[in-house]
Amino acid sequence: MGTVPSALKHCLSHQHLLKEQLWIGEPTAPPHPAQESQASGLPEYIKIVEVGPRDGLQNEKVIVPTDTKIELINRLSKTGLSAIEVTSFVSSKWVPQMADHKEVMRGIERYPGVQYPVLTPNLKGFHSAIAAGATEVSVFGAASESFSKMNINCSIEESIEKFEEVAKSARNMNIPVRGYVSCALGCPYEGDVIPAKVAEVSKRLYSMGCYEISLGDTIGVGTPGSMKRMLEAVMKEIPLSALAVHCHDTYGQALANILTAIQMGVAVVDSSVAGLGGCPYAKGATGNVATEDVIYMLNGLGINTGVNLYTVMEAGNFICTALNKKTNSKVAQASFSTGTMK
Amino acid sequence: MPRLAAEALSRDTTRRQVSTATFPQRVKVVEVGPRDGLQNEKSVVPTSVKIRLIDMLSETGLPVIEATSFVSPRWVPQMADHAEVMQGINKLPGVSYPVLTPNLKGFHAAVAAGANEVSIFGAASELFTKKNINCSIEESLERFSEVMSAAKAASIPVRGYVSCVLGCPYEGKIAAAKVAEVSKKMYSMGCYEISLGDTIGIGTPGSMKEMLTAVMKEVPVGALAVHCHDTYGQALANILVALQMGVSVVDASVAGLGGCPYAQGASGNVATEDLVYMLNGLGIHTGVDLQKLMDTGTFICNALNRRTNSKVSQAACRL
Repeated sequence: MGTVPSALKHCLSHQHLLKEQLWIGEPTAPPHPAQESQASGLPEYIKIVEVGPRDGLQNEKVIVPTDTKIELINRLSKTGLSAIEVTSFVSSKWVPQMADHKEVMRGIERYPGVQYPVLTPNLKGFHSAIAAGATEVSVFGAASESFSKMNINCSIEESIEKFEEVAKSARNMNIPVRGYVSCALGCPYEGDVIPAKVAEVSKRLYSMGCYEISLGDTIGVGTPGSMKRMLEAVMKEIPLSALAVHCHDTYGQALANILTAIQMGVAVVDSSVAGLGGCPYAKGATGNVATEDVIYMLNGLGINTGVNLYTVMEAGNFICTALNKKTNSKVAQASFSTGTMK
Repeated sequence: MPRLAAEALSRDTTRRQVSTATFPQRVKVVEVGPRDGLQNEKSVVPTSVKIRLIDMLSETGLPVIEATSFVSPRWVPQMADHAEVMQGINKLPGVSYPVLTPNLKGFHAAVAAGANEVSIFGAASELFTKKNINCSIEESLERFSEVMSAAKAASIPVRGYVSCVLGCPYEGKIAAAKVAEVSKKMYSMGCYEISLGDTIGIGTPGSMKEMLTAVMKEVPVGALAVHCHDTYGQALANILVALQMGVSVVDASVAGLGGCPYAQGASGNVATEDLVYMLNGLGIHTGVDLQKLMDTGTFICNALNRRTNSKVSQAACRL
């Protein structure tokens, strides 16, 4: 499947235009990336962290067979993505979707230059992850006490203590740790979350050794206004180069929020192929922003990501077919014919 | 969740201490659902439903609602009831109800039906103009000048649209200079406002910025509007950039009504609810009641037996 889908062929010039936009057939960079992005003050390069296989699938209703997960990850490995979050070493009682974490970890092809972080909520999960061959882990904090209590049944402080154990062991083994802060722009239980709190939790995670802090708009309620205020507070405590944004598109604000973040210099963006993963707090609503739509925007801004959009769309097509669902990516929707994907 | 949604919906400028240094304080939202939206929906909507839709939109605080199109019903069956709609709606004081008038005949019919404002549609692409209205850009502008003269004589304001500003389904890439040229011509003819349309939604913040930079050399930013389609999910990001450049008029369609005729099954217009949600979060005043807007979206989606394209509606209604 290396040719342009037939849905586009009705219009030659449209196809030509899309070819430019999607860089079909070209494995790497768009024309004149550095000039365009530099002139606008935006980062020249943005690292995309693909969370579809973990965050995405975890929030999908259908339990996905191990083979399918492995194939998805292998396909994603070939797109140019440099970070793919593959699974979660959490109790299968809580997260049945991730019960096959060991098999997935051992079954995937590890491409050189690609990181495969896994979630490790505590020391037990960490050791299990290492035993299964993980070489990078992630820990999930939150900027809201209520969310922390409801999600992992402990206070923020208690969760930090658990993460410190993980971080300490990880440090001893030279394993990098990525820190997430959930509810950075709002909490399903508490409502508004103050930027200072996000900064405080971020600082705790960074100080314990997390190399990067991913700020998550868990319920997608943020807007460019609240994103800006939150980042201003966090940037006082954490160097810009260690920050990432993890935006949910539940209220359609994700790309506008991401744009705001990159205008402020953030150069790492999390996203999920095909926009996998609904929102557990708003039934029927969407969750993660679609990787395809993010790359489309970054391509248009002349920002290099190293990722081939078309191959991501193909991976998205694969997993949506396997899940028997429609993609949440608008780029994919527009580029393929309705309903049936080829 | 209900509390959070209520908070999100009731956001207003007085509570939000947002730096407005880079954004306009007020944005005029031009609602195009009843015309652009419905015109691109498959099911033909009964006149009474159209009237109810417009009346509900009038109650939301929207200052401009594009009501219908005085074009031949042979070409656009959805708009065949234009005179009935125009005469049936409840016109609120302070609200404008512009209608499309592609030529002098349509203009006279519109005025006879009580229209107080009209719109004309140009394009930045020759091929698109040929395919759409079967003439060149120059010829289309000549037709419009007839409408402009008649409108001026009747003291009727005219809004100009330029289609394909960020790309054309037939020509592909569109030069920013061409958009600027067509915009300048329409503005010089007497259009009080030029709405720049990303007809196939292909634009990104990069191309939006480039295009606006060129157009702003020819038309004052106060006379510019953006009409973004969300076919590739880029609309709000594109609108954000336009706002940062000083544009303060934004077109949108309730519930994101109106698919894209050039990409089968894909979405078209950006949803007014999602736009207003973003503007609220930025502390920008619109005068629009988001809850009433969402209720209106629910109404028309039920009438059309379709799901909303607004993410805000999808999220907030599942409480």
